This record gives sequence, structure tokens and C-alpha cells, in this order.
Amino acid sequence: MMAVEASREAAPTPGSAGDTARSAEARAAATAPAVKMQTEALRAWFGAHEVLKAVSLSIPERRVTAVIGPSGCGKSTFIRCLNRMHEVVPGARSAGAVLLDGVDIFERGVDPVLVRRRVGMVFQRANPFPAMSIADNVLAGLRLNGVRPRHPEEVVERALAQAALWDEVKDILSRSGASLSGGQQQRLCIARTLALEPEVVLMDEPCSALDPIATARIEELIHELKDRYTIVIVTHNMQQAARVSDFTAFFYIGELVEHGETDALFTRPQKARTEDYITGRFG
Amino acid sequence: MQRPNALDLRRALTPSASFWAWTGTEANLGDRLFHGAAALCAFGVVAALAGMGVEMIRASLSSIERFGLGFVTEVTWDPVRELFGAAPFIFGTIVSSLLALAIAVPVAVGVAIFLAELAPAWLRTPASFVVELLAAIPSVVYGLWGVFVLAPWLRDTVQPALAAALGFLPFFGGPARGFGMLAGGLILAIMILPTIASVSRDVMVAVPTSYREAALALGATRFETVQVAVLPHAKAGIVGAVILGLGRALGETMAVTMVIGNRAEISASLFAPAATLASVIANEYAEATSDLYLAALSELGLMLFAVTLILNIGARLLVGKVGRAAPGVRGG
Ligand SMILES: Nc1ncnc2c1ncn2[C@@H]1O[C@H](COP(=O)(O)OP(=O)(O)OP(=O)(O)O)[C@@H](O)[C@H]1O
Ligand SMILES: [Mg+2]
Repeated sequence: MMAVEASREAAPTPGSAGDTARSAEARAAATAPAVKMQTEALRAWFGAHEVLKAVSLSIPERRVTAVIGPSGCGKSTFIRCLNRMHEVVPGARSAGAVLLDGVDIFERGVDPVLVRRRVGMVFQRANPFPAMSIADNVLAGLRLNGVRPRHPEEVVERALAQAALWDEVKDILSRSGASLSGGQQQRLCIARTLALEPEVVLMDEPCSALDPIATARIEELIHELKDRYTIVIVTHNMQQAARVSDFTAFFYIGELVEHGETDALFTRPQKARTEDYITGRFG
Repeated sequence: MQRPNALDLRRALTPSASFWAWTGTEANLGDRLFHGAAALCAFGVVAALAGMGVEMIRASLSSIERFGLGFVTEVTWDPVRELFGAAPFIFGTIVSSLLALAIAVPVAVGVAIFLAELAPAWLRTPASFVVELLAAIPSVVYGLWGVFVLAPWLRDTVQPALAAALGFLPFFGGPARGFGMLAGGLILAIMILPTIASVSRDVMVAVPTSYREAALALGATRFETVQVAVLPHAKAGIVGAVILGLGRALGETMAVTMVIGNRAEISASLFAPAATLASVIANEYAEATSDLYLAALSELGLMLFAVTLILNIGARLLVGKVGRAAPGVRGG
């Protein structure tokens, strides 16, 4: 009985997700965050398997948006569509629109390389380039984009300081990126992304491999970063979503079930499915 | 003819793994019997190899005693006067192999990058298959192609053009014959290209996708991704692939013998006929009349045996290292 009701409520009436988003924005109107990115009926496939079903979600500027939902519901796929990383997987494709400052990044003639320059990404598993030194890892993005900073040391220091890693590595900058601990590697990857000064930072479970101390540092970091960056973070950790995010989007089997201000979503979820998930009844 | 590929390399890694399992106490009787048999086979192969080495040393003993180290530097090879020096063949082997590498390596690495990184997904498997097929063509077929197509083409088109443009260099002097060092190097290049390309491709495919994604997410183009995320990790394995190719080039016999011109001379010109360690053995073994002549040929064989063995072991260590460091995890 419950299941039937829940699935009815979660059924995708195209307006519902959008309505929730709009009312969330209306409530946040006091601080009036502009919309940085917006997906419109975004769908994604791996081969014939449709993993995102018409997701419409807006991502406010200089705010943290958390994406939550049970494993396999399409969270990673969703954020990988936001910087066109989804399409690099063989057999993967997508449909619908993703607006970045009002321009559809899937429009003909838009270069995915330039999109990724503006929309940076930190992956679930830290992946520094092991053949490069720590400093070169930080500078890799700039070099790839043909930027030769006049004072590379300053760029390295600034990015590493932002990622709360500078003090730990300032004396070993020429060591391999792979010589760091897992948590340090993840912060190095964050520094590498920040060095490019993207406008949006996507983080896919950045803390899943980290201990509580490293996790706390990254959460602190997210707090500091949101003055300058628009952040989208995927997390399995409800407390983390509640701590770091301003807005939360709940996904279930490829659909956006509910989206709104984090406080509201966690205290007064509108959908039964959301409530079940955040109270730990499934997933 | 040994045609190493990544599959062999992976198999080559298993004996040590089974050795550890074999020494473990938890294995049951069936396992232990199996591992015992496997270990016996592995030792058998090593013993056969050692036996071969000993036998070749024995066969070349009279030549080793007669010429000593001078055998390596002596440039005369005159069976009639029983004067045997290996220098022309060492020279021919090294030059033809290096020529082959110089031509084949850039092309093979390019092919590997294309197959592993750039080709559309539907093309990758069939194209890789074709490249591997090329490695399986018998060398005598390459040789025939060399005789009927490559050598005439070199004689009538390439060599006159090279002589006209670069004839002032000693490498491109002398009459255009077609058959000679250039033909030998080219045919070797064509023969080792598939080996180098397919092993390099396997090594690149084994580079974890996460590095590629890291580069792409930083705004790298696909070509930059190859440079930043793939090649640095595949480097050791590609070097291994090149050494495997070199090992094959050094030992390749049939096709080279058919096009290299077979003359025991050291000439600066790539147009001149030459001979390699392998080609002279194949050419002269049947007609070697005296014991010393046979021993000298055996000593050439011994040198070839030692060099290719060392190169292959080195190459396998390099390629194996990459395979172990990067278990082919794909997808994110
Ligand atoms: N490379 C791939 N090839 C084929 N199917 C994939 C691939 N990656 C993901 N999928 C499928 O797409 C669906 C969504 O996957 P996705 O990785 O977006 O989930 P997720 O919400 O991020 O899960 P998790 O919380 O476990 O990371 C899953 O059903 C998964 O099986
Ligand atoms: Mg995921």
C-alpha cells in the first residue's frame, strides 16, 4: 500500500519538480540568488538504459546544491551531464538542455572543452596525475588551457591554500602527487580544479574515501568556497548535505523527486519517498 | 617464430603466482598436484632453454678457440680461406633493426593511440583485430611481397628520388638496386609494426579511465588527454613493446634474407646489399663444408640467441610492470 502511494506521488508530472524549485527560489528571494545553471528535461542513457528521466533543476549562483539519493539513482550521471563528461563514456548519450548562464551547453557549436573549463569537477576517487609533481598537478589545468602564469608559485600556493593543503605540502611540492595520503590527494584534486578558477565546481562524493577529520576540512572548504563559486555536491551522507548545502535535490531511480531549500527539505519533505529516504527507511 | 603479445605476457606472469599458492599449506591435494605439474613444466622450459645455450656453446667451441674476441671485430668473412669475422653481420643486424625501429615506432605508436583513444568505438575492435592479424602473417609471405613489390618500387622510384635529393650524403650513394639494407630495414619495419602497435595499444587501454577523466574535466582536448594522462603511464610499456619489436627485428630471418642482398660487407650506403646474423646462418648453413665454418655460424647463432633472450626478458619485465601497476579498471 505504501509503495503504491509513494510511487504515485513520485510520478513525474513534469511541472512538479519545477514548481518545487520555483517555490524554493521564491522563499530564498530575500537573498535573491541568480540561476547559474539550469537543466531542462534532461535525459541520459547508457546504451539503451535510460538513467535520467526528464530532470529539470535550477542551480543557484554562489550557493551549494547537494544531490542526494540511493545508490544507482543517477546522481553521478546528472552532475556529469553538467560539464559534458557523461558523453565521454562509450555508448552514453543525453537529451534535453543544460543552460549555463542561459546558454545551452549542448547547443551545436559549443565546445565541450570550454564548458569544462568553466564547470570544474572533483571526482569521487581522488585522481591526481601520479607522473606529475604536486605543483605540476595544480598547474596542469592552466597548462592544458594554454595559460602560462607569470608567477606559477603564487598560483600553486593560492590554490593549495584554498584547498587547505598548503601547510602540509609546501615543503614537498616537487614530490609525486601519488605520494600523498588519500585525503591529501582529494584536496590536491580540489586545488587542481580551483587553480583554473572555474565558475561552477561539481563534486562527486568528495569525502567518500576520507576520514572524519579530512571530511571536516573539506566541508569547511566548501563553506569558504561558496562566496566565489557555485557548488554542486553529490553525497550519500545526509548530515553532510544538511551541513554544507543551501539547496538539496533528491533523486530516485533517475527522477528528480524533490528539490528545495535544504532546511525545508530535511524538516518538511513534501513527498513520502523523500521522507522515507532522509529518515533512513530505504536506500 | 615467436609472436609475443599481451596475452602471452599475462600468461608469463602466472607461474610465480601459482608458485606461491603451491607453497601455501592450505591448498588441497588436487591443487597441489596441478601446481606441481605446472611448476614441472615451467622448470622444463627453463631447462630446455639452458640446454640449448650449452649445446650452442659446444657447437661453436672451435670457432671461439680459434678467433677469440677478434671474431666480433673481424670484417672478413671468407669461407674459402677459412677466415671468419662477424662484424659485417653484426653491423647489418644493428643497422637494419635500427632502421626498422626508426620507421616503425612512430607509426606504431600513432596506430596504438588511434586504436586505444581516438577511433570511434565501433571501429576499435575490428581495427585492433586486423592489426593483430598482420602480426600473424608468415614472414615468407612478407618476403615474397618484398621481392615482387617492395624491392622494384625502391629501385625504380624511391632510391632514384632519394639519390637526387640527398645523394651528397654517403647513406644514399651507389647504384639503386632495390635489394639491400634499405629494403631489409623497411620490410622489418612493416613486420614489427603490428607487434609494437598491438602491445602498445594493450598497455594504453590498461591506463585507468580516471586519469583520462581528470584531464578531460580540466578542459583537455582528446589529444592533450593522451599526452597528459595516457602516455606518461604507458611509457614503460611502450618501451617494452619497442624492445619486443627490436627482438623480433634482430632475429627475423626469412623476409630479410629475401630482400637484403646477402653480401658480407660493411657499407655506409643504405642502397648497398648487406647481411644479418640471421640471414647469413639461413643462407650458408646448408653448404657449410668444414667444421670451422659450421662452428663460426654456430657462434653467430649463439650471439643472436643471447641478445634476443636478454632483450625479450627486459621487454617482458617492462610490459608486465605496467600491467600489474594498472589493473584494467574502466568506467567510473
Ligand atoms: N559506465 C556505465 N555504463 C553503463 N551503465 C552505467 C555506467 N555508469 C553508471 N551506469 C548505470 O547508470 C545508473 C546511474 O548510475 P550513477 O553512477 O549515475 O548512479 P549514482 O547515483 O551516482 O550511484 P552511486 O551513489 O552508487 O555513485 C546505474 O543504474 C548504473 O548502473
Ligand atoms: Mg556516483
